[in-house]
Amino acid sequence: MKNIERLSKKIRKNILKISYQSKSAHIASSLSIVDIIATIYSKFIKKNGNNIFILSKGHACLAHYCLLHELGYIKKKVLNSFGKNGTVLMSHSSHLVPGVNLSTGSLGHGLPVSTGIALSKKIKEEKGKVFVLLSDGELNEGSNWESLLFLTHHNLNNLVIVIDYNKIQSLDFVRKTIKLQPLKDKFLSFGCKVSEINGHNDKEILNCLKKKTKKPLVIIANTIKGKGVSFMENKVLWHYKSPNLKELISGLKELDNN
Amino acid sequence: MRNLFIDILVKEARLNKKIVLIVGDLGFNVVEPFKKEFPNRFFNAGVSEQSMIGIAAGLSMNGFQVFVYSIANFPTFRCAEQIRNDLDYHKLPVTVVSVGSGLGYGNLGYTHHGLQDYALMRSFPNTIICSPADNNELKSSMKFLLKNPLPSYLRLDKSLDLTINNNKGKINPGDWNLIQKQKNSKKLLISTGSTYKDCKNFIKNQKGQYNWYSIPMWGMKVKSSQYKKLSKFNEIVTFENHIQDGGFGSWINEVLSVKKSKKKIFVQNKFINSKVIGKVGSEIYLNKLYGPR
Repeated sequence: MKNIERLSKKIRKNILKISYQSKSAHIASSLSIVDIIATIYSKFIKKNGNNIFILSKGHACLAHYCLLHELGYIKKKVLNSFGKNGTVLMSHSSHLVPGVNLSTGSLGHGLPVSTGIALSKKIKEEKGKVFVLLSDGELNEGSNWESLLFLTHHNLNNLVIVIDYNKIQSLDFVRKTIKLQPLKDKFLSFGCKVSEINGHNDKEILNCLKKKTKKPLVIIANTIKGKGVSFMENKVLWHYKSPNLKELISGLKELDNN
Repeated sequence: MRNLFIDILVKEARLNKKIVLIVGDLGFNVVEPFKKEFPNRFFNAGVSEQSMIGIAAGLSMNGFQVFVYSIANFPTFRCAEQIRNDLDYHKLPVTVVSVGSGLGYGNLGYTHHGLQDYALMRSFPNTIICSPADNNELKSSMKFLLKNPLPSYLRLDKSLDLTINNNKGKINPGDWNLIQKQKNSKKLLISTGSTYKDCKNFIKNQKGQYNWYSIPMWGMKVKSSQYKKLSKFNEIVTFENHIQDGGFGSWINEVLSVKKSKKKIFVQNKFINSKVIGKVGSEIYLNKLYGPR
């Protein structure tokens, strides 16, 4: 688990640096998912392997790109071009980037596509799982619920849906926007197996991802938006704001000390 | 036409295990032969077009060639962004099939009239529109799509069962299919989709001075290849069962407006009059009042 922790720290530091350089939004959304994707990739995703990962909340692509850099998919020079003119690393997930399977950014696309991939594996009797990571605000999109009807009807238990439940969306807290509670009951009523975990505890994430279930698995990962940098944590402001130099130095210092 | 489509698909699916059919809870008395013979490659996504297109994208990402079947505007407008982002942008081999082009579902009202779908589907850079005029063009279009899986839109007439002579067996996107030749004439009638009767009436009234071609497969991808062929004519009339805005005639107009040319070509678009919106009646009735002429 120490390796995953180290990996997560590196990713978080790069997120801060690149967000500062590019003046890009969604730093807090990116920090929120680091531990989840670091665990998924460390334990389940191999180049040309049977498992597949889809980042549906494409606005948090900076975390994914920083992870792909650590794993050797993206060179440092390319990573540093994030958000710049002519770069391949646009500020939303792009399938033109090595290691990224689906271009996302418009929400509600990742789960239907992941459902199709999981179904294709069932038809072909192919091994492996599909891991898809959604945001909580993204659950406002009806296409997710359409797919939940389909994937439970066909009992696609090779699909693992992780919800990054950081409880803040674009303009306000989720509970003040479109309430999702009781979220667990919603998924249970569709016929999913549901687990609730701490989305920053690598051990809990791993134990849950490893589960073999008879039903499609939904993991509600309780996370903190902006996790790792205290002044960014749980603040609506950091959905769009990027750090200035002072904030960058302070954030990096905090990450180093933890 | 829709039954012929399923026949062709069933025959292909016997040889090609990559063929999958997804329906949006539509296709009664049409899709059953496929469902019966290939239950593992037939899925009813239910009434959920956005999810249906996403699922088709996922299946095709893992090696399948997917046909998605529904009617009217449901598999296009309802899930426009899924087609744009998931299918077209990723260049995935999925064919969206819509039955009931133009006023085919005239009695069902505006919600079921396929009047604006070209406008949407021709705005996608990688998507080929297939709008066959008859059974032969459907066969040639399917032959092409099965050999060259790519994002595509197959727009079918609801009840047409027509076979026009002079069709080529093999045809590629952007190719013109000769229906009637008029020697020494510089006039062109160019049509797409189910417009045979309207075109025939027009030519009859014009005392047959027109060369008549159909384009069964077209779209942004093959737009630049059209100018050279069109510029051989002095007068062009376009025919389609779609409104003018964003339609096939507009596509031809755009082709002619891109190049700088001293040659003056007179163009006239024949299309469904948008005054049909809100009107109800059989296809024949509505076409008589609002159809292309």
